Amino acid sequence: MTIIKTDQLTKKFNELTAVDNVSFEVKKGEIFGFLGPNGAGKTTTIKMLTTLLNPTNGSAEIAGYDIIKKRDDVRYNIGVVFQEPALDTELTGQENLDFHARMYSLDREKRKNRIKEVLKLVDLQDKKDVLVKNYSGGMKRRLEIARGLMHYPTVLFLDEPTLGLDAQTRRAIWEYIKKMNKEEGTTIFLTTHYMDEADFLCDRIGIIDRGKILVINSIENLKNSVGNDVITLTCSNMSKLVTRLKKESWIKKVKQHDSSLTLGVERGDEKIPIIIEIAQSLNIKIKSISVRKPTLDDVFLSYTGRTMRDDEAYHVQKHNVIPPGRQQRRR
Amino acid sequence: MKLFDLNAIYVMWLRQMKRFVRSKSRLAGTLIQPIFFLVILGSGFANARFASLGEVDYVNFLAPGIIAMAILFSSMFTGISVLWDKQFGFLQEVLVAPVSRISIIIGRTLGGATTALIQGFIILFIAIALGVPVSSITGLILTFIFMILIAFTAVGFGLVLATKMKDFQGFPLIMNLVIMPLIFLSSAFFPVEGNEIWQRIVMINPIFYMVDGLRGSLIGGSNILHPLVDLFAVFIICSIMLFLGSYFFSKSEV
Repeated sequence: MTIIKTDQLTKKFNELTAVDNVSFEVKKGEIFGFLGPNGAGKTTTIKMLTTLLNPTNGSAEIAGYDIIKKRDDVRYNIGVVFQEPALDTELTGQENLDFHARMYSLDREKRKNRIKEVLKLVDLQDKKDVLVKNYSGGMKRRLEIARGLMHYPTVLFLDEPTLGLDAQTRRAIWEYIKKMNKEEGTTIFLTTHYMDEADFLCDRIGIIDRGKILVINSIENLKNSVGNDVITLTCSNMSKLVTRLKKESWIKKVKQHDSSLTLGVERGDEKIPIIIEIAQSLNIKIKSISVRKPTLDDVFLSYTGRTMRDDEAYHVQKHNVIPPGRQQRRR
Repeated sequence: MKLFDLNAIYVMWLRQMKRFVRSKSRLAGTLIQPIFFLVILGSGFANARFASLGEVDYVNFLAPGIIAMAILFSSMFTGISVLWDKQFGFLQEVLVAPVSRISIIIGRTLGGATTALIQGFIILFIAIALGVPVSSITGLILTFIFMILIAFTAVGFGLVLATKMKDFQGFPLIMNLVIMPLIFLSSAFFPVEGNEIWQRIVMINPIFYMVDGLRGSLIGGSNILHPLVDLFAVFIICSIMLFLGSYFFSKSEV
């Protein structure tokens, strides 16, 4: 069963196209992730799917309800954890949950039981009567996840769920996300720019860059598409070696970057000597060579030609001037 | 979507009340200033004689002005606190909930008005304790109506500001450059009766009708217009402000 379905979803802010003809589907019970650098259009997509922004073009359905025509049905079916904390810090954890439940018209009995349930899920039972302003960053996140689940949503949206948290807390949040996906069967749509997060959590991911989806597939398939093993090497006269290596049929993929070369191959350790031989026959000196299992970073690299880190620099340069209309959104 | 969702209205109201009860410093801050005005200004000018006041004590003249000021400041602040929610992200949580924006506005307005009225009533009781006479029961009821209308007007104005401002930088500026002069020009602190020019100036000041009406109904004298005329004017102003406030809020994007 399809829970989220978008068709050519597009959002323009003046001349800037933040989300460009995005179409994808998310199935029931799945953890689906959008992986991409900052400014790729992830948050804008979430804001459209959660009825906070109207799309410029295209359409989307959540649990069968159109995001524009059936806003209210959509809102009953979604839980949202925003990128920036959206809690009332002057209230206690329990009050935040209670207020949320009232707005979703849960009756008294249901409210009471459900608050207990979700607090248990994120291990915040003993902190429920503490004012949220005294919570740590990780506790706030957990409370927000609990709140997102309060009204039994069909799908929970998580926008960069572990942004700004330390390694240990991130790990814990991941466990909670896995747990609620398993125990409550909640479909999860998350965005992230952390490779390890997407790798750990998601069943399928869509790689999004500059508003466009480049590929959607399971993590395993994506990694396999790069090759079972990735060989990275640096050498003199790279282009000459590339031309030569492209003739070899056993190399699935050859990619030249600024200072290095990556090759996708099977059984990489056996291929290293062969590559060195080829290089020597061309009088090319290899400076370094290594073999490893592919990561999502390699996948991202192969689809965009840049690593995520390169991309940060690119965005800093390109988007130094924030276009009007995005200022408020990005804050 | 129900246009008036009682659950949502109640939640928004309850939230304001809880926050109000918990922030003791805010309660103290908003009460101390008007009390100072009332006690210090009241006793300092006690011996001064304004020709147009006749036999009326200055503190009696001053009290309605101070009550109006206290309610104005307090409810403007709650209106503006929407900006706070916007900056701290809480507004998003409210806007993705399946409730109409009008319910959210009603709840907030009621909450803001309630807290402002509590403060207004405290000042009123203090004033009565200081010997400010109450003209009549009808006068007192009319006073309550004025207080409620003033509160709603100011919440509406605060909402307009909150949706139009990007951050809090401009807030002190508006207080000092717009609200304070308007209060000074509202006959809250000194009588304008008998002074032709003043009397004309105050007529274009919306706060004048609030202060004058409150004065006419509470102490039953020293007012320029009949309280019911003031009431009519304040009612119109209140409706306009509430309309503008909810209009801008419903149009605002997160």
